[in-house]
Amino acid sequence: MNMEPILSVRGLCMDFGGIRALDKLDLRIRAGEIAALIGPNGAGKTTFFNCLTGIYTPTAGELLLAPPGQPSRRLNGLKPNRVTEAGLARTFQNIRLFPGMTVLENVLIGRHCRTKAKILGAILRDPRTRREERENVDIGMALLKKVGLAHMADEVAKNLPYGAQRRLEIARALATEPLLLLLDEPAAGMNPQETQELISLIRSIRAEGLSILLIEHDMKLVMSLSDYIFVVDYGRKIAEGVPEEVRINPVVIKAYLGEEVDYA
Amino acid sequence: MNVITIKNFRNALVTALWFMFLTFPIMVIKVNTTENLIVWRWHNLLYVGATAFTASLLTALYRQYRDRKRSQQQQEEGTSRVSWNERFFNTPAIARPVCALGALFFLVFPLLFSTYQVNIMTTALMYVVLGLGLNIVVGVAGLLNLGYVAFYAVGAYTYALLNMHYGVGFWVALPLGGIMAALFGILLGFPVLRLRGDYLAIVTLGFGEIILLVLKNWSEFSQGPGGISNISRPGLFNIQLSMEATLNYQYYLTIAMVLLTIFVINRLQNSRIGRALFALREDEIACQAMGIDKTTIKLTAFALGATWAGLAGVFFAAKNAYINPDSFTFLESAMILCIVVLGGMGSILGVIIGALVLILLPEYLRAFSDYRMLAFGAILVSMMIFRPQGIVANIRQSYRSSKDGAP
Amino acid sequence: MEYFLELVFSGLTRGSIYALIALGYTMVYGIIGLINFAHGEIYMIGAFTALIIATVLNMYGLPLPAVLILAAIAAIVWSAAYGFTVERVAYRPLRGAPRLSPLISAIGMSIFLQNYVMLAQTPNFLPFPTLIPEPAFLEPIASMVGTTDLTILLVTTVVMVLLTLLIKFTRTGKAMRATSQDRTMAFLVGVNVDTVISITFVIGSSLAAIGGVLIASHIGQINFYIGFIAGIKAFTAAVLGGIGSIPGAVLGSFVLGLTESFATGYVSSAYEDVFAFSLLVLILIFRPAGLLGKASIEKV
Repeated sequence: MNMEPILSVRGLCMDFGGIRALDKLDLRIRAGEIAALIGPNGAGKTTFFNCLTGIYTPTAGELLLAPPGQPSRRLNGLKPNRVTEAGLARTFQNIRLFPGMTVLENVLIGRHCRTKAKILGAILRDPRTRREERENVDIGMALLKKVGLAHMADEVAKNLPYGAQRRLEIARALATEPLLLLLDEPAAGMNPQETQELISLIRSIRAEGLSILLIEHDMKLVMSLSDYIFVVDYGRKIAEGVPEEVRINPVVIKAYLGEEVDYA
Repeated sequence: MNVITIKNFRNALVTALWFMFLTFPIMVIKVNTTENLIVWRWHNLLYVGATAFTASLLTALYRQYRDRKRSQQQQEEGTSRVSWNERFFNTPAIARPVCALGALFFLVFPLLFSTYQVNIMTTALMYVVLGLGLNIVVGVAGLLNLGYVAFYAVGAYTYALLNMHYGVGFWVALPLGGIMAALFGILLGFPVLRLRGDYLAIVTLGFGEIILLVLKNWSEFSQGPGGISNISRPGLFNIQLSMEATLNYQYYLTIAMVLLTIFVINRLQNSRIGRALFALREDEIACQAMGIDKTTIKLTAFALGATWAGLAGVFFAAKNAYINPDSFTFLESAMILCIVVLGGMGSILGVIIGALVLILLPEYLRAFSDYRMLAFGAILVSMMIFRPQGIVANIRQSYRSSKDGAP
Repeated sequence: MEYFLELVFSGLTRGSIYALIALGYTMVYGIIGLINFAHGEIYMIGAFTALIIATVLNMYGLPLPAVLILAAIAAIVWSAAYGFTVERVAYRPLRGAPRLSPLISAIGMSIFLQNYVMLAQTPNFLPFPTLIPEPAFLEPIASMVGTTDLTILLVTTVVMVLLTLLIKFTRTGKAMRATSQDRTMAFLVGVNVDTVISITFVIGSSLAAIGGVLIASHIGQINFYIGFIAGIKAFTAAVLGGIGSIPGAVLGSFVLGLTESFATGYVSSAYEDVFAFSLLVLILIFRPAGLLGKASIEKV
């Protein structure tokens, strides 16, 4: 496995008023790896995602993205759309699809930052715009096939069942051609069968060379899927390591005490 | 089954009594403070009571109907609802002849009707253009612009002033008016588009009022409340046209303008830009997370909408040959908004129907023309409550990839 | 110097009126996050009700103080009733609808009420009866500040104090504060949210009615359109102070009132409204949270 970090986070801090939500967080995610960020509720996991994707501006610290074969790029302070252009794509804990648009259109929105057609192109529909649109639809349909939604391409997104909405969010994120895919509790609210499908989907995405960082509560999923795990509590990193190490780490067990942990 | 229960009846009675109390000072008493006269109009109390009573019962019936429909839909889950216009467009056997007849009707309209009617229809068609323009901003992008009429004024005054000072003709002024309005759109858009939706509404409203006040007060520039007259009508290769021919010519020009607008907006809606606009209305944060620059896209929507208002403004100045600030009040903005809301936000066909209904109806029902603004207000409220998608719901485009030809 | 003081007083008077209206905007916004466009119309209806009732009572020969008090009470009662009804009819069915829907509904309501009053009463200006007497002992300063101005300042101060007490120390006030912080949570801990929202509209409308009566006596004439401009200006004041904040609304109103007074006094009165609107645009651009407001972060 490639051991170069694709994302390095150094000393990341985030304050809200007087409250420190993230405290000197350090993480390194290696290219081609599935990393997981776990921790009790309110530990700061989603805040971390929001800092990473430019929705919040971190108070201090460094976020560095190192695309393979290119100089690394600082992500702090970039607008969310710039972060996505740089190669980070995310899903949301509470699904945020475009409910009134069709499934395919949702994915096509993900293509926005990789395409160029302007107003004039849209009105004139010149060959270049048409080609771009055709390619987009092809890519979109291919992604939908991958997540198993191709047959519902023209359905309006809000009519999709819950599990399918989560998969659509993943397809939409993939459409932005990310280097690193950020999944915020992708299995939340899914039944065991849907979770199984999700696991194989995430594996197949990794097999194509993408790096993945996921936040998850489902320990079974985290333990079976991740190559590397970071544990945060009260905004601090309290442990990291491969699943076997984290599983037996006393600090982690203590942090989770009182929460029901299923180490199956 | 719809049943009016005793409870509905009692509620209706309470509502009626409440509204009779509520409207008592304003509806019943009419004072003339100069001559110290008081007119008591007790009969109004009766009307108010009866109206409130009926409205209350109708609302109750509607609620029953809606709840029943909802529970039906829950039973047959998975089948998505198909709106009437979707069914209409998916049945070419009906849609094609109806569309052809509609087109024919508009084409021969001047031959069948008097110049008076043609003139009214021209006005209505201009509102179609305005409605479609505002539709990009409000309907598609979800940015509530309450100062839309300001851009209309920019277009109209651009032509009027250029024509008055430099004798610039209609055809040269048309693109200039559009460009000027777009510039104003960008000028206003840059600072305000960071704002949340409701603040945007207020700022655009304020902007509209500022433009109006400037036009009224800065007489050296705009000739003040007196307005500008003797604006040249659109020319046709220097041919002298009779009054009737001019009106017909203007009618066909407006038709052409409407067709152009429909063409452009239809193509825009189903493009990369159009999708981004629509996504922006649905969820701003998700939109940004998908790599869309929200400021650029909002600015695009704003400028596009403004361009159409500017073009319509030039048409308006040319058609009337006279403009003054009174044509550009907030009520005009409200009327255009009403067209979009009634027709269906985001729907082209809806906006066309909305404009024709709202502009033609008051013209033909002269007796009710005083109540026109009252009706507009009531329409805005009741559409939001009972049918927020408008008469014609917006249909999403289905895209087919080259490989998956068959559904 | 005298001119300067005159402008200060006129600014404070304007500010007081704006404050009475702005409070309604700010309270409603604080609780349901809606710009109640129809609020200006409630104020206009207050002024009309006062005018109608006062004229009727005058004809029956009631003494002036009684006319004044009864007309003011009628204005408050009916304005509150209109505010209550507007919320029930136009906003309550739209809770949970997309953000644009209640806003459009509010604009519709505003247009409807304006035209309703215009059609039922008159499109022309009506002279408002002189209800506030001019006692002789105030003669020396009358050129700078009239009795009406003093009444306005006095009434506004009393109303503000009462409102603050109500919100700080009563059960209703506590429920209102809870609802504005988190509506769902307030509901879960047993606050009757519907009632709280209704009370907010009733209080806001009553304040607007007081403003309506005062300004009508001050200016001396009213028509159906007065609510529109006053509404936007009061909204400007509310935003200036930080929408959702009650002290902010008061502060913003006085800032706006004084600004307008000086701008019209020293620059030009033709552009009176332009100053207010430009101020609104500028604040929203540079400090959308207002003077006393807090920037909010949307939860993701």
